[in-house]
Amino acid sequence: MKTVYLDNNATTRVAPEVLEEMLPYFSELYGNPSSMHFFGGQVGAKLEQARARVAALLGADPTEIVFTGCGSESDNAAIRSAVECLSGRNRIVTTRVEHPAVLGPCKYLEERGYDIVYLGVDSEGRLDLAEAAYVINDDTAIVSVMWANNETGVIFPIEEIGRLAKEHGAVFHCDAVQAVGKVPIDLSQSTIDYLSMSGHKLHVPKGVGVLCIRRGTPFAPFLVGGHQERNRRAGTENVASIIGMGKGAELAQGFVEQEQTRVRTLRDRLEQGLLEGCPDAHRNGAAEPRLPNTSSVSFDYVEGEAILLSLSDLGICGSSGSACTSGSLEPSHVLRAMGVPFTRVHGSLRLSLSVYTTNEEIDYVLEHLPVTIQRLRALSPFGH
Amino acid sequence: MWTYTEKVWDRIRNPRNAGDIEDPTVVAEVGNLACGDALKLYLKLDDAERIVDARYQTFGCGSAIASGSALTELIIGKNIHDAAKLTNDDIVEYLGGLPEEKMHCSVMGMEAMQAAYAKYRGEEVSETPAGTIVCKCFGITEEKIREAIRHNNLSTVDQVTHYTKAGGGCGKCAPRIEEILNDEFAARKQAPAPAERPRRLSNIQKMRMVEEVLEKQIAPLLRADGGDVELVDIDGDTVSVALRGACAMCVASGATITQVVQAKLRELVDENLVVEEAEA
Repeated sequence: MKTVYLDNNATTRVAPEVLEEMLPYFSELYGNPSSMHFFGGQVGAKLEQARARVAALLGADPTEIVFTGCGSESDNAAIRSAVECLSGRNRIVTTRVEHPAVLGPCKYLEERGYDIVYLGVDSEGRLDLAEAAYVINDDTAIVSVMWANNETGVIFPIEEIGRLAKEHGAVFHCDAVQAVGKVPIDLSQSTIDYLSMSGHKLHVPKGVGVLCIRRGTPFAPFLVGGHQERNRRAGTENVASIIGMGKGAELAQGFVEQEQTRVRTLRDRLEQGLLEGCPDAHRNGAAEPRLPNTSSVSFDYVEGEAILLSLSDLGICGSSGSACTSGSLEPSHVLRAMGVPFTRVHGSLRLSLSVYTTNEEIDYVLEHLPVTIQRLRALSPFGH
Repeated sequence: MWTYTEKVWDRIRNPRNAGDIEDPTVVAEVGNLACGDALKLYLKLDDAERIVDARYQTFGCGSAIASGSALTELIIGKNIHDAAKLTNDDIVEYLGGLPEEKMHCSVMGMEAMQAAYAKYRGEEVSETPAGTIVCKCFGITEEKIREAIRHNNLSTVDQVTHYTKAGGGCGKCAPRIEEILNDEFAARKQAPAPAERPRRLSNIQKMRMVEEVLEKQIAPLLRADGGDVELVDIDGDTVSVALRGACAMCVASGATITQVVQAKLRELVDENLVVEEAEA
């Protein structure tokens, strides 16, 4: 059975070029980049090359790049740092649709007395700038808003929000994990102070992330006890993965172009095909502005896990906001915040493409998915 | 991804008795869309009150589809009064097990059968459940939570959520569920061990009972003498234990195993149990 992998917002395949560049650093080039000898020094030089490549992708300076263990660590570090550095301020402004890696630390601080304001979204998953302007005040330590939502792909007006944060002297953090490599990013022209990204969404292995800290922004490290990353993140570097991240960042510059053209066309064809091929199907979230690779569609009268398991039998990998797939009983907080009716949340399916997705794969999904939905609907007590 | 048994997978791929019956004797529906799962059961009875056909429809995940299939497979051919005694354990056992997080799917199967039986007997089935609602997200009553705790021997809030869904929404009722658990635990300690054992134990039930008897009935006896016992493994009817503390050094450890541990387990859990000392 062939695998049709359409779950690239969960994780991506490692690019062969990335793996190739990493391999020597597992075996012969095993030196510690901090060591005072040629053997470690050559690894250190390669790390700096990776840093420069990531900086180039983001439009940042290499000194602004801090390698971390994952996107979640970057998010945690950013939020904890801001409340520590701006200790007189008690408010955190974020959104109801952030990734758990942002909502978790906010909840943690809420329990310790911080005032967290969660911005809502409309039925299309869009933020209300007027609400943001109303709640961001001089007591705000940090504003944390994602670049693009992982479930719907909807892109937020980051710069407008960043300006509001600036007006009140708050730090602006942007979780760009889903956006990097899919949309052009230029931090030199941006209001973003802290930006989080993750390797494994970018055809790099799991276990490496980046926190980009704009020069001049105060920072208190999350992990202490070592001089690495200019005292901003202690711990011996995950050398091979960081080198992979460098190569991934270099490739991503080319991928952005492909994502915006070829991948977008494939995604649109897939989404149109599903909405036309299945009665009572609905797109979740605004059509634009949106990530070019993401499509979230809900099918009335069927449950998401049942869809995923049936698709899995066909080799097709997707994900769902259904409660049954998460192990908890709470369905997707993103779709709930949008006011999507319960039944549609449970019947939601997210398909996310990558530059490796082919035309044939989209044909295959369009051939089989409507039949699967029909079969499951025949089992359902609703919608007859 | 969930680990489903082959039998569950088979029922997801080819559900048995899916659909409806044109002229059913009785129809019952449990769950609802907002909760994310619902099961509708159709029964056709003959003059001798035997279930000659059973069909189901579900809005639910893989385990809900499989549980509905298992339910109908188990009850077709049975007298409806016997079928009404079916429990969620029977469904789980028939399927060769379900992930604990999915136990509420088997409970939904049992409830559909119970609702159908109540309707068949002409009992009033009220739309809103009777009793105090503990979990507002899913409308779960205190009585239902207590029943699930007693029947399945639950000891944590997570387990209660897995079996009843209570506490699985906003989570605000978790402290109240904890209180109910503590209350049930205290009541259980006071009550004498049940004289009548269930006639047939599922493996999961057996493991739980062995664990409980070891912890609550046997270990205290040994601890009084400076010893202790630890459960190592349960394989079918064979229970492996390790003796600790003073018991581990005792020359009479063999006798302790057979005369204390095995005797108690046979008395309180299953007379076929064989207890052996785990190799060090």
